[in-house]
Amino acid sequence: MINAQMQSAKEFLRLLSRESGISGNEAPVAALVRAEFQLLSDEVYTDTFGNIYALKKGSKNSSRIMLAAHMDEIGLIVHKIDERGFLRFISIAGIDPKILLSQEVIVHGRRQIPGIIGSIPPHLLAEGDSDKAVKMEDMAVDVGLSAEMVHKVIQVGDVISLQRDSCELLNNIVAGKSFDDRAGVVALKICLEELSHLHHSHDVIAVATTQEEVGIRGAQTSAYSLVPDMAIVVEVAHGCTPDTKGQVNLELGKGPSVALGPNVHPAIYQHISETALLQRLPMQIEPLPGASGTDAWAIQVSQAGIPTGLVSIPLRYMHTSVETLNMQDVLNCGKLLAYAIASLPDDLEGLLCY
Amino acid sequence: MLLKTLSELNGTSGDETTVRNLLSAEIKPYVEKIVIDKLGNLIAFKNQKFSGPKVLITAHMDEVALMIMAITNEGFLKFKPVGGIDPRILVSKTVRIGADLTGVIGAKAIHLQKLPERQKACTYDQLYIDIGAQSKEEAAGKVKVGDYAYFVTACEPFGEGLYKGKAFDDRIGCAILVELLKQEYDFPLVAAFTVQEEVGLRGAKVAAYQIEPDFAIVVEGTIAADVMERAEEEWVTELGKGPACSIVDRTTLYSPKLIQYVAELARRKNIPLQLRRGSSGGNDAGRIHITKTGIPTVSLSVPCRYIHSYVSVINEKDFKACGDLVLALMRNLPPITNYPAKTREDY
Repeated sequence: MINAQMQSAKEFLRLLSRESGISGNEAPVAALVRAEFQLLSDEVYTDTFGNIYALKKGSKNSSRIMLAAHMDEIGLIVHKIDERGFLRFISIAGIDPKILLSQEVIVHGRRQIPGIIGSIPPHLLAEGDSDKAVKMEDMAVDVGLSAEMVHKVIQVGDVISLQRDSCELLNNIVAGKSFDDRAGVVALKICLEELSHLHHSHDVIAVATTQEEVGIRGAQTSAYSLVPDMAIVVEVAHGCTPDTKGQVNLELGKGPSVALGPNVHPAIYQHISETALLQRLPMQIEPLPGASGTDAWAIQVSQAGIPTGLVSIPLRYMHTSVETLNMQDVLNCGKLLAYAIASLPDDLEGLLCY
Repeated sequence: MLLKTLSELNGTSGDETTVRNLLSAEIKPYVEKIVIDKLGNLIAFKNQKFSGPKVLITAHMDEVALMIMAITNEGFLKFKPVGGIDPRILVSKTVRIGADLTGVIGAKAIHLQKLPERQKACTYDQLYIDIGAQSKEEAAGKVKVGDYAYFVTACEPFGEGLYKGKAFDDRIGCAILVELLKQEYDFPLVAAFTVQEEVGLRGAKVAAYQIEPDFAIVVEGTIAADVMERAEEEWVTELGKGPACSIVDRTTLYSPKLIQYVAELARRKNIPLQLRRGSSGGNDAGRIHITKTGIPTVSLSVPCRYIHSYVSVINEKDFKACGDLVLALMRNLPPITNYPAKTREDY
């Protein structure tokens, strides 16, 4: 069972990861999410903002718990087509230009067109050139088409997604693009799976949100429309690497991180960490002194305020096309959410009052 | 398709075995003798008993790649390039080590970079490969210092009549040589698939010494910088304009008479040809043409965009025309020492 769940989670993440879904253009990945959620919930629907909701009814439907993970990814957008057919671009959300050289991409024009972000051959580099990061305005996408053909199939404003098949490293560690935050969506799937054989009183609404990367927008509209009694956001958080010592403390494979700080209702943090202890599930603590930069930040202040929690999967190399995480953390995250939901009291007010 | 197979094989300088094995099997039916010399050059002979000028055609088997230099205490792999690779192209890529180990080259997340870091490129000192190992011991059980890491790039059709892939420099030359060896000639022909071009033209030096040809043709993949808003004089070569005949590079001043001869021949045969502009780069000709008392040498290359990177691009027409031109040149050998010109028109 455990292996089957691991395999299906890996497969789902692989599918989600390779699909495109740049902020505001989430339709391709959304189709995959819908199809999967339909198998695991009582009702699935989409709102005008593109957020996908999967409702799993509780035994008493007394309160409503919102779970949220965003499905959009960072990307590029065609800014100018030059006279020789090369595409100049700008970014949608926070892309580091340093990850772009020699990267394969898909241009979403009238059809999907493979492209390459070019590089300068080392034979032509001047002394000292290779110390400087290349600026995005000095790069272009090459689609290997004549300028005339390019104008037929591509226009300014078409989005460009990175092309990368995810790959498996050692120890159930996987790498690929857009794991931020499709790994969170996979954790929602695991949670819904687990809830199907756990008793839970409350309705659970798992939401795959849109436009997180450009300013936490899908979370705003979905939280407003749901007005849940409580929300838990599933995100990714920076994992420790040799070059982030002193900046980052979370490690891969040591369980999801549970956030605490102003963005998190203290009772939710308390409940999740007690659940972890009780269920012998590993977890790490992520102290967040201010803005979490996640959907939780918007959800917490939706309508008259929503008690919010934040659970994250540690991930290395965030916003590159080789985001790296441990699948066991994703599984443990989904399970932790499910057990935390199943063990909530029928009366949430008692738990959440200050 | 042989070019796809060759492009996707892994073989850098000093680690050419898989490429050599495949090429050896491919050419076996078409040659009299195959020799693998002391450096690992694969040398094939045809018409050894024929009189006439001994012609050498060469292409190098090695590609640029990475070598594992150390394993860190946390189980990450430090590396250096084998051949010239701009470290800026390495960030956010996957690599293959050995048969089945995959690694990634990440970078500090942009959220964690301070402003000065954002403007600086990542250097080899900063970069490392992550294989998912959880300790130095675990990594050391999978990887040895001195192992090689290769780009993971599929060779596929791209755009209009192009191909994208890795290692076109110089597997494209290897693919052309294999096709040429399937033809028959009336002079002794030697084909050398050389090693260690990328680290200093080292295989070609010993190959040319042993073979001692009367005339040599180097078949290469060369820089095409015909991209973006680069000035035309910086292009070196251009995709789709046929093979490039070298005039000068950092290692060779090519004979003006031979360049003229090749240009005339291409014109007569209606094969597109461009002259390689600029003096950057260098190839096996640099060693071959100064071997012993000197060997008349010509370089014909397929233009290759983004050469030495994770993914390069060539034009199928240039690939084919380059093979056609080398064949035409062998059917119409130029006048060379001891072997005055013979007209060998129209086979």
